[in-house]
Amino acid sequence: MGARDQLESHRAELTGFGLTNPSGAVVVDIDDEVAATAIKDLPARGGIARGLGRSYGDPAQNGGGHVLRLAPGSIVVDEQACTATVGAGVSLDDVLRVIVPRGFFVPVTPGTRYVTIGGAVASDIHGKNHHLDGSFGNHVTNIRMMLADTTVVDVGPDDDPELFWATVGGMGLTGLMLEVTFRLLPIETSRISVDTYRLDSLDDVMTEMVASESDFRYSVAWLDLLATGRRVGRGVLTNGAHAVTDQLDPAASNDPLGYAADQIAVMPPLVPPHGVINKLTVKAFNEMWFRKAPRQRTGELQSIPTYFHPLDLVGNWNRVYGAEGFVQYQFHVPDDAVDTMVSIIHRLAAAQLPIFMTVLKRFGPGNPAPLSFPQSGWQLAVDIGVAHRRIGTLLGEFDRMVLAVGGRHYLAKDASMSAETFRRGYPRLAEWQAVRERVDPAGVWASDQSRRLGLT
Amino acid sequence: MQNALHEAQTIVLLGGTSEIGRAIVEQLVTPATRTLVLACRRPDEANPDEFARDGLNVVTTYFDAAATDTHDPFVRGLAADHGDLDVVVVAFGQLGDQADFDADPQAAAEVVHVNYTGAVTACLATAAQMRRQGHGHITVLSSVAGERARASNYVYGSSKAGIDAFAQGLGDALQGTGVRVTVVRPGFVHSKMTRGMKSAPFATTPRVVGELTAEAMRKGKHTVWTPGILRYVFMTLRHVPRPIFRRLPLG
Repeated sequence: MGARDQLESHRAELTGFGLTNPSGAVVVDIDDEVAATAIKDLPARGGIARGLGRSYGDPAQNGGGHVLRLAPGSIVVDEQACTATVGAGVSLDDVLRVIVPRGFFVPVTPGTRYVTIGGAVASDIHGKNHHLDGSFGNHVTNIRMMLADTTVVDVGPDDDPELFWATVGGMGLTGLMLEVTFRLLPIETSRISVDTYRLDSLDDVMTEMVASESDFRYSVAWLDLLATGRRVGRGVLTNGAHAVTDQLDPAASNDPLGYAADQIAVMPPLVPPHGVINKLTVKAFNEMWFRKAPRQRTGELQSIPTYFHPLDLVGNWNRVYGAEGFVQYQFHVPDDAVDTMVSIIHRLAAAQLPIFMTVLKRFGPGNPAPLSFPQSGWQLAVDIGVAHRRIGTLLGEFDRMVLAVGGRHYLAKDASMSAETFRRGYPRLAEWQAVRERVDPAGVWASDQSRRLGLT
Repeated sequence: MQNALHEAQTIVLLGGTSEIGRAIVEQLVTPATRTLVLACRRPDEANPDEFARDGLNVVTTYFDAAATDTHDPFVRGLAADHGDLDVVVVAFGQLGDQADFDADPQAAAEVVHVNYTGAVTACLATAAQMRRQGHGHITVLSSVAGERARASNYVYGSSKAGIDAFAQGLGDALQGTGVRVTVVRPGFVHSKMTRGMKSAPFATTPRVVGELTAEAMRKGKHTVWTPGILRYVFMTLRHVPRPIFRRLPLG
C-alpha cells in the first residue's frame, strides 16, 4: 500500500494541560503510512508530535509550524517475554484495559492514564514507584522511530544507546516515535493494598516516607499547604502494593483481574472566569481531604483508578482554575538538600496561595538519559493558578534555591522556567544536543518549549 | 516565546521615546526578558540606560513611522536579529495643534499619516510576523479622543478613531492564530505630549496607564480604558446630543 498523497490537516490554537500560552499551528493527523510524507512536508518552523496534550506547558505546541498527531496504532502483548509492543499514539488507558485483565500492569504510571506511550517516553514519566523501579525509560527495550530524513530505526539500551537515551526524556525532539516495546509487570489481582497514614506535620510525613520506602512498591504523600503554624505541610501518606489473590474477599476472588476505569463526572465547559479555586474553597477542601483520611489504616484494597488516577475521575478538571489557566511547579532536590525542600514548602505555605494539589515523593537513582528528570532525593509538585500576580517572582526565587543545591525542574510540567534555569539544571545538555545534531542536523523537530528554553 | 506567566522574552516598542509606551514596557519587562528594542526616529534620544538590568539586552534602532514602505522589512529584520517577537507595543503618534491644522492642512495630513496609516502598516507587518511564528501580542495605543471627536482636537481624534477600529478588526481577524491584540484607550495623560495643556477630567499618568495595560494584557483583554472609569464616562458621552457635547468642558 502506497502512502496517501493528501494529509489531513487543520489550523488550530493549542495549549498544554495548564491552558496557558496558546500558539497557532497546523495540526496534521498522521499514521505510520503517511509519516514520511508529513515529515517531508514540514515547514521552516518544523514539527513536533503531540499525544493527548497532557504536558502542562508548551512542549507539544509549535507556533507557526506543524503539530503531528499520530493515530493510536496497535497493542501487542507477548505474555512469554512479559512485554508489550504498542503504537506511540496509544494511551496508557487503552493499554491498561488490554493488559490488566490478562494479569499485567504497566511498569510505570503517572497520576493520569490519559497519556500516550510516545509522550511517556518523551517525558520519561515517573510514578509512585520511582524509588524502587525508576522511570518509564528504564523499562523500554525498543523504540521504533522515524528520523528527520524519514529513515526508520529501532533503538534500545543495547542498540544505538546514545540515540535511545536521548529519545527517553528528549521531549520528542530526536524523531517521531512510531512504536515502543516495554516490559510489563505481572500481577495476581487488579487491586492495590494501601496503607494510609494521616500525619500532623511535615517532619512526620518526611520521616515516615523515608522509613517505609523500602517496604512498598508505591509511595506518595499529599500535603496541605494552607495549614498554618506547626501544621504546615501536614499530609496524608499512601503506600501501596499489588494485592495478591489471598488478600481478596470471596466475591472479588471470582474476578481477581476485573478492571473498570470510567469518568464519573466532567467539568462543565463554562466555569466562572476566575475558576472555582480560591483560598476559602481550597482551605475547606484541604481540611476535608485531611480529615477524611484515617489516622492509620493498613491493607485497604483499592482499585487501580482510585489509587493511581484519582483525578481522572473528573474529566477536564484543569478548568477549575478558570480561563487564565495554571502552572504545575515540579522540582527535585537531592537528599542532602532536604532543608531546601522544607524551606520552599514553608515559603509556599506562607504565601497562602490556594493550592490543593501538592504531591511529595521520594526518587530513586536516575537513568542514563541526559534530559531525564528524576534523580535520587525528593520531588515536589504544586499546582498554582496563574491569575495570582507575582508568582513569577516567587517561582524565580525557588528556581534559584533549587539550582543552588543541584536540583532541577521537570520539562513535562515546565511552562515558565528560563533558558538559564534549564541549562543549569541539566548539565548534560551538550551531550544530548550532540546526538540531536547527528539525527536532525537541519533542526526539523522543534516546539515552543524548545525555542523558549534554547533546547535546540 | 513568552512563558505561561505572560513573561515575554522579546519586547519591541515602536515609538521608543513615547512616555506612555515606555511606561507600558516598564511593566512588561521581567527577569525572563532577554531583549528590549526601542525603535524610533531619534534613537540617540531613546535612553536605553533607563531599562538597563542584568541579562537584558536593550537595543535602540531607527524606525520612521511615516515611512510606511519600510515597516514590513523592518519587522522582518527585527525577527531575523532577535528571534520571535513576543510583544510589540505600537505607541508612536503625534498630537499636533488644531490651530496649525486649520492654517496648514498639509500639517494635518502628516499627523493623520503617522497616527493612522503608519500604525496600520506597522500593525500589519507585525501581525504577519506573529502569524508566521504562531504567537505574539500586539498592543496598540488608541485614545478616548477617538471615541467621540471634539472641536479642540478632531484631527488627532479622528486618526485615533481610525486606528482603534482597525485594531479591533485586526484582533478579531487574528482569533485562533495564537496572536492577541489589546487596544489601549487612555484619557488625558500628564506627559510631555500634553505639557502646557489644560488637564481634562479623570487625568492620569503614564505609570497608571502602564500598570493597567500590563494587567489587561495578562488577562487577555481586547480593550483597556485608563483609568477604567472612562469606559463608563464614554458610554454616556457617546449618547450626549451634539449641541450639549460641544459645550462640555472636556479640554
